Amino acid sequence: MSARPWLMSAPALILFGVLLLVPLGMTFVLSFNAFDFYEGIIPTTGLANYADVLGDSYYWEIFGRTFGIALATTAICALIGVPQAYILYRLSPVWRSVVVLIVIGPLLISVVVRTLGWAILLGNRGVINTALKDWGLIERPIKMMYTEGGIVLALVHVFVPFMVLAVWAALQRKDPSTEAAAESLGASPFTVFRRIVLPQTVPGILSGSLIVFSMAASSFATPAILGGRRVKVVATTVYDEFMNTLNWPLGAAIAVTLLVAVMIIMITWNRLVERRYGEALQ
Amino acid sequence: MAFLVLDGLTKTYGEVRAVDSLSCTVEKGEFVSLLGPSGCGKTTTLQMIAGFETPTSGRIELAGRNLASIPARQRGLGIVFQTYALFMHMTVRENVSFGLEMRKVSGRELKTRVDRALEMVHLGALADRYPRAMSGGQRQRVALARALVIEPELLLLDEPLSNLDAKLREEMQLELRRIQREAGVTTVMVTHDQSEALAMSDRVVVMNGGRLQQVDSPFDVYETPKSSFVSTFLGKSNNFAARLESTTDTGSVLTSGGITLSGPRASLLPGAAEIAIRPERIELTGPEQGIVSGTVRERIFLGAQWMLAIETAMGEFLVARRNSGNREADIGDTVHLVWAPQDLRILPAKEGARS
Ligand SMILES: Nc1ncnc2c1ncn2[C@@H]1O[C@H](COP(=O)(O)OP(=O)(O)OP(=O)(O)O)[C@@H](O)[C@H]1O
Ligand SMILES: [Mg+2]
Repeated sequence: MSARPWLMSAPALILFGVLLLVPLGMTFVLSFNAFDFYEGIIPTTGLANYADVLGDSYYWEIFGRTFGIALATTAICALIGVPQAYILYRLSPVWRSVVVLIVIGPLLISVVVRTLGWAILLGNRGVINTALKDWGLIERPIKMMYTEGGIVLALVHVFVPFMVLAVWAALQRKDPSTEAAAESLGASPFTVFRRIVLPQTVPGILSGSLIVFSMAASSFATPAILGGRRVKVVATTVYDEFMNTLNWPLGAAIAVTLLVAVMIIMITWNRLVERRYGEALQ
Repeated sequence: MAFLVLDGLTKTYGEVRAVDSLSCTVEKGEFVSLLGPSGCGKTTTLQMIAGFETPTSGRIELAGRNLASIPARQRGLGIVFQTYALFMHMTVRENVSFGLEMRKVSGRELKTRVDRALEMVHLGALADRYPRAMSGGQRQRVALARALVIEPELLLLDEPLSNLDAKLREEMQLELRRIQREAGVTTVMVTHDQSEALAMSDRVVVMNGGRLQQVDSPFDVYETPKSSFVSTFLGKSNNFAARLESTTDTGSVLTSGGITLSGPRASLLPGAAEIAIRPERIELTGPEQGIVSGTVRERIFLGAQWMLAIETAMGEFLVARRNSGNREADIGDTVHLVWAPQDLRILPAKEGARS
C-alpha cells in the first residue's frame, strides 16, 4: 500500500530528475574541473574556478550589476503590480476578465519577441528617439539601448504579470468585509487602501518579489538583446564562457555561484519578512 | 419622532425584490431584531442602513436626518459583521483604536477609551494578541469593542453569534445584551435564529420574502402571531385549515376536519381561516373532555419534555408534555386532546387555501 504514492508520482519524479537534477548535478561537478586551452576540460576536483570568480573584481561587478538590475526590477514591479492588482480586484467580473487577459496576454508572446520590440523602441534610431527628435524635444538621441535602465524597463514589462497575479491571489484570500469595516469606522478610501488592504497583500508581494527577483537575476534573453556585450550580467557571462571561450568549468562555477547567491538572498528575505510579520500573517 | 425610521424601503436586484417597501421604526436605546428565513432581505436592509447599499426607493432617517446623501464613512455607525471582519494584521488594541484614530483622538484619551472598551468586553488582558491567536467568542468581542469604542448612535449586528457553537452562543447572548444595556446604544440585530431574537430583543421585526410580516415584542409575536408564517416561524405550532362559522364579542365557532371548535373573538369575517395552537398548550385528558382524539405516531424524549406526534381527524398534532417523571403515552396509544378556547389563534387563511 505504502508504495502507491511513490508509484503514482513516479512519472513526475522521473521528469524532475532527468530534466533538472541531472543537468544541475553535472554542472556542479563540472565547476570543480580544470580547463586548459590546448587540452580542454581536465577532470580534476579543485576550487580554482571559484577562487577565480570570487577573487576577480570583474566578476564582482557583473554580480553587483545583475542583482542591482534584479532589485530595481522587483521594486518597480511591486510599485506597478500592487495598485494594478487592487484595481483588478475592485473591477466588476466582466471587466475583470478583460483586464486579466490584458495582464496575462504578454506572457503568451515569446520573451525574445517582446524584447526585440523594446529594442525597436529604445534604439538610437528607434521609435522613441525619432519621435522626440521630430517634435524637436531633443537634439541628440537619448541613449537607452545598452544601458541598465533599458534592461530594467524591459524586464519590468516581462515580469509585472507575475507580481500582479501573486498580489491578486493574496487579495482574494482576505475577508472582503474588512474594507467595509474600516470605512464604517470613518476611514477614507486612501486610508482603507494604505492601512487595511496593503498590509494584507504583504504575503502576495513577498511571493511575487521572490518570483520576479529570481527570474530577473537569472534572465538571459532580455539582457543579451538590450545589453549586448557592453552591459554584461551573470547569465550572459555564463553563456560567453560556454560558447565563446569554451571554458565550461569556469562557466559552471559562475552559474553555481549565481544559484547559491540567489538562494541565500531569497531565504534571507523570507526570514526577514517572516520575523516582521510572522505573528500577524499565519 | 422615532430615532431610526425606515420608510417604504425597497431594494431590487434586477427582477429580485430583495427588500420590498419595508417600513418600521426603532426608538432610542431599543434593541430590535430583524428576523426571517435565509434570503428574506435582512442583510440587504442592514447594508442600506449602514450605507453600503443604495436603496432603490424609500427613506432612512436617523435622529431626524435623512441618511440618503451621507456616505457610510460619515454615518458614524458601529457595525459588527457576520465574519467579524477583524484586521488580522493588527493587534486587538490596534483594531479597537482604529476608529478613534480616524476621529483624530490620540494620546491619553485614546488609551483610556480603548481600555474602557476592552474592559467592557472582558478582553483587557488580551490587548496585545493578534486575532489569529483568539477563539471565536473572543474575536466576536473584539469586533464588538471595535464597533462600540466610537460611541456610535446606532449599532448594527449582522448575525453576530452564528459562527459560535450552541453553548458559547447562549453565553454570548447574555453578554451581548449586558454590553448593549451598559453602553445604552440603540441596536439593530439581524438573525435567522428565532430563539436568539426572542431572547435578546425589545422588539422583533419578522420578515419574509423581503416584506415585513409583523413587528411586536417577543412575547406578542409568539403569543399573538398575525399570520400563518409568523406562527410557524417562531416556535412550533399546530396549524390547520379551518372555517370560521360565526364570531361574537364573547367568542367564535369554527370547524376543522369535521370537528366543531370554539375559539376567542375573531377579527375576521366568517369564511375560510386558519387556526394555530402551540404544542405546550395542549393537554391529554379523558375521553369525555377531549376536543379531538388520536393515535400517538411518534414519541421523542427531550429531557425536560416529551414531544408527541398524534394523528387525529384534523391532521397531525405536535404535543409537548412536561417530563413529570411518570410514564408517558406510548406509540400506538389512543389519546384525547384538550385546550382552552382562548389558546386557539385564528389567522387569515393562506392564499389559495379552501376549507
Ligand atoms: N448583490 C446582489 N445581487 C443580486 N441579488 C442579491 C444581491 N444581494 C442579495 N441578493 C438577493 O436578495 C435577497 C436577499 O438577500 P439578503 O442577503 O439580504 O438575505 P438575508 O436575509 O441576509 O439571508 P441570510 O440569512 O441567508 O443571510 C436574496 O434573494 C439574494 O439572493
Ligand atoms: Mg444575511
